[in-house]
Amino acid sequence: MATTKKKVVQWEPVDIKAELLKQYPAKVARKRAKQILINEAQENSPPSEIVANVRTIPGIITMRGCTYAGCKGVIMGPTSDIVNLVHGPIGCSFYAWLTRRNQTSASGEKGENFIPYCMSTDMQDSDIIFGGEKKLAAAIQEAYDLFHPKAIAVFATCPVGLIGDDIHNVARQMKEKLGDCNVFAFSCEGYKGVSQSAGHHIANNQVFTHLVGKSETVKTDKYKINLLGEYNIGGDGFEIDRILKKCGITNIATFSGNSTYDQFASANQADLSCVMCHRSINYVADMLETKYGIPWVKINFIGAGATAKSLRKIARYFGDQELSDRVEAVIAEEMPDVEVARLDVYPRTQGKTVMIFVGGSRAHHYQELFNEMGMKTLSAGYEFGHRDDYEGRQVLPLKVDSDSRNIEEIHVEADPLLYRPRKTPEEMQALEENGLKFKEYEGLNPDMENGTIIIDDLNQYEAEKLVQLMKPDLFCAGIKEKYSIQKLGVPQKQLHSYDSGGPYAGFKGAVNFYQEIDRLVNSKVWGLMQAPWQENPELSATYVWE
Amino acid sequence: MLLRHTPKEISERSALMINPAKTCQPIGAMYAALGIHGCLPHSHGSQGCCAYHRSTLTRHYKEPIVAATSSFTEGSSVFGGQANLLQAIDNIFTVYNPEIIAIHTTCLSETIGDDLPQILKKSKDEGITPEGKMVIGAPTPSYVGSHVTGFSNMVKAMANMAEPVTKKNGKVNIIPGWVEPCDMEEIKRLAAIVGVDITLFPDTSGVLNGPLSGEYTMFPKGGTTVAELKGCGGAIGTLALGEWCSADAARLLDTKHKVPCRVLDMPFGLKATDRFVDALRTVGGTSVPEEISDERGQLVDMISDMHQYFYHKKVALVGDPDQLIAMTEFLVSIDMCPIHIVTGTSGKKFEKRIREITKDVPFPVNVKAWGDMFLLHQWIKNEPVDLLIGNTYCKYIARDEDLPLVRWGFPILDRQGHQYFPTVGYKGGLRILEKILSALLDRTDRDAPEEKFELVF
Repeated sequence: MATTKKKVVQWEPVDIKAELLKQYPAKVARKRAKQILINEAQENSPPSEIVANVRTIPGIITMRGCTYAGCKGVIMGPTSDIVNLVHGPIGCSFYAWLTRRNQTSASGEKGENFIPYCMSTDMQDSDIIFGGEKKLAAAIQEAYDLFHPKAIAVFATCPVGLIGDDIHNVARQMKEKLGDCNVFAFSCEGYKGVSQSAGHHIANNQVFTHLVGKSETVKTDKYKINLLGEYNIGGDGFEIDRILKKCGITNIATFSGNSTYDQFASANQADLSCVMCHRSINYVADMLETKYGIPWVKINFIGAGATAKSLRKIARYFGDQELSDRVEAVIAEEMPDVEVARLDVYPRTQGKTVMIFVGGSRAHHYQELFNEMGMKTLSAGYEFGHRDDYEGRQVLPLKVDSDSRNIEEIHVEADPLLYRPRKTPEEMQALEENGLKFKEYEGLNPDMENGTIIIDDLNQYEAEKLVQLMKPDLFCAGIKEKYSIQKLGVPQKQLHSYDSGGPYAGFKGAVNFYQEIDRLVNSKVWGLMQAPWQENPELSATYVWE
Repeated sequence: MLLRHTPKEISERSALMINPAKTCQPIGAMYAALGIHGCLPHSHGSQGCCAYHRSTLTRHYKEPIVAATSSFTEGSSVFGGQANLLQAIDNIFTVYNPEIIAIHTTCLSETIGDDLPQILKKSKDEGITPEGKMVIGAPTPSYVGSHVTGFSNMVKAMANMAEPVTKKNGKVNIIPGWVEPCDMEEIKRLAAIVGVDITLFPDTSGVLNGPLSGEYTMFPKGGTTVAELKGCGGAIGTLALGEWCSADAARLLDTKHKVPCRVLDMPFGLKATDRFVDALRTVGGTSVPEEISDERGQLVDMISDMHQYFYHKKVALVGDPDQLIAMTEFLVSIDMCPIHIVTGTSGKKFEKRIREITKDVPFPVNVKAWGDMFLLHQWIKNEPVDLLIGNTYCKYIARDEDLPLVRWGFPILDRQGHQYFPTVGYKGGLRILEKILSALLDRTDRDAPEEKFELVF
């Protein structure tokens, strides 16, 4: 159907939900109904519950990927000086090779940068039959001999867990044998968990266990923070670091955009952890607090307003007038250019509508940017979020189901040597009373209007239906969804790795994003789809030469 | 330098593959299945396989790639994937309603030993596969062969759809191998001009090079129909283009349905296209019209016009065996010198063929099957070349070594045109030459000192 023509009938949210479920077999419809929520006012009533982080139904064309993708692709991919070695058949390593657009400058022009390399044990059928541990050990040795890296990370793919290769033992033995190379492994087989989210968890746990606190370099800068859950896609991290540096805030460790081994290893020395992507990393922030005494706050550098707010939040934590003044000066200096760009596009973007189905936090964060452009989010949801990402952290702890039970939880205690509370309980309380909320995230739902539709784990069929029924001006999802949406005549912005463009974080990123969205929703191409003879198929006059 | 850790000195590796020149079987099976009309490919494994294959194919074709997955969890990995697959088949026919589902396995479902034929039989017996619909399956364990093997296995499963016939239908089967949608179109055009009625399978033209019209259909108009596949046992012959991609399917039709087959090289370049056209007219019993001879003459003309820029230029190549064999032959035929040739797919036959083709090249030639781009890069560091031909990943080598690069193969993630402008046939030969010339002459222009800068080439 041609979606370029504006619809006449305005669909009610309940009817849209019914329409989305209509075609499904009864069992599927029952399950999906719990993952589709019509957002309601929440002032006096408890928030509506959404079912999230549950299995995708076989055969339903999902946007989701696997645990390995979350572990190797998302979390460990952006670190430049760790050799990532995938133990498995060739494909898994191949597909995660440079496809996430993680930019890096951390190790300089001559330093160690293994991101452009794709390494695999390329398991063959004999390895599946007789076991792959020897081949893995040999591959680690060969990687060491060639590159002499400070660390080698080993990733398990599906068959590794099934045939019972003990990758952790191989890693331990090789670490001992090599002496000056930290070798550690990730049991991130693709079938674990229900989405990439399980892989983030597995990756972060191992980083916490094998890397954090291992650095002997003492960081002496003022205002030291960790930036958790920022992956430097399209240079987002570069822009955030530019702003932080200008403010005099020292980002000692990003998990894991533009990161190095030493950044992870020094993370225990920060004064504050700032959580960007709540989904992929909130538990690391908790562990950093428990083990080392570092409090955490939720921040968001997507959106110019959100960036300013986040900077002020960090300044308030440190409670130093000099820092606050500098932050205000930076905001005052950066905002005029942002405003010029925003006001330039605003007349063309205002009133446009958008749908966002990405990630564990982006479907929320990017609404900031769209709000700044006067665009309304009609429908949104996460690909791999959990209930707390929708409804806020007050729903924690969540019930543990059989799929999440498989994912290792590590329990940490205060480190006898390195634990050092950054603030006294009284100071923390005073900050809280002053409006600085620690460990707080309210989730996506409260920020969306009444009557908007929130959908978890949206699939191909529902995406197509939604676009046909609600005719948004823009759809945001991943690369797999891009072209089927665009065939309908609706522009799609890839919001996982952007596929082109960026950065979109911070002040300069906001400007880039305004211009990118202006380009997309006002592109002439959407008006070129019909040929003259398709627009007017009937000849209304005869021509003289007939 | 982006590949700054690649040393010039080559050391033996027995376990570590670095910068592969291949990927795994299922993606090839998925691509082949998209060449069946009304088909939904299905990945019997965990979600990530399907997501990765769809993403890579999407980035290469810039088109919707839809495929479903069995979404294995830890439980299904322990207890077997039958329940997931049956549920998937039911959901797919109810929600998406394809004509046919083409299932491929993964390392996961192969390792646990899921019995695909038994599950498909159960699906049929229990009515989960509706009357008049089809489900086919191909085993594609990722730990055997490469994406090329997976493609071949799915094409074989397509040939296996052929039903017994009593009467020949006069058509000729052409199995094009892993080529672009436009290449498939070009093969159909050539066959039509030669006057041979063909069944081409798979056929992704009209599927993966579709128009933007404001309409989306999950099953576009292109693709070999189920009826055509069922009827391909009635053909008078099969031309399989490429030993690695296409021969197994052709031999299956020969064995099962007595359709005689010939395995040819893929028709890239002059000589391979000559053999293809000659075989086509022989099996079809037609004569080649002047139109084709003229196209051929144009290609020869361009070779002669620009020969000075090709002569004795050294080339490094990486890609898939069938494509590389034909391309190496083409380069040798225009007096270029392919000196480093790597494929990620295994096969002693590959090295042997390349050795034969390059035996008169006046330089030492390196060739390796089951090699990787790390090795290719090291070879280039030891013996520099004038041109590099391969997929998008080659741009890292090209940048570091300051080499002209012609993107050709799979995947191409950063340039356009491969889906629209064929490189098979004589016309395709012109396109290859145009690309090579542009790469070489752009470099000449870039590097020329002012006093040597030329207007005319």
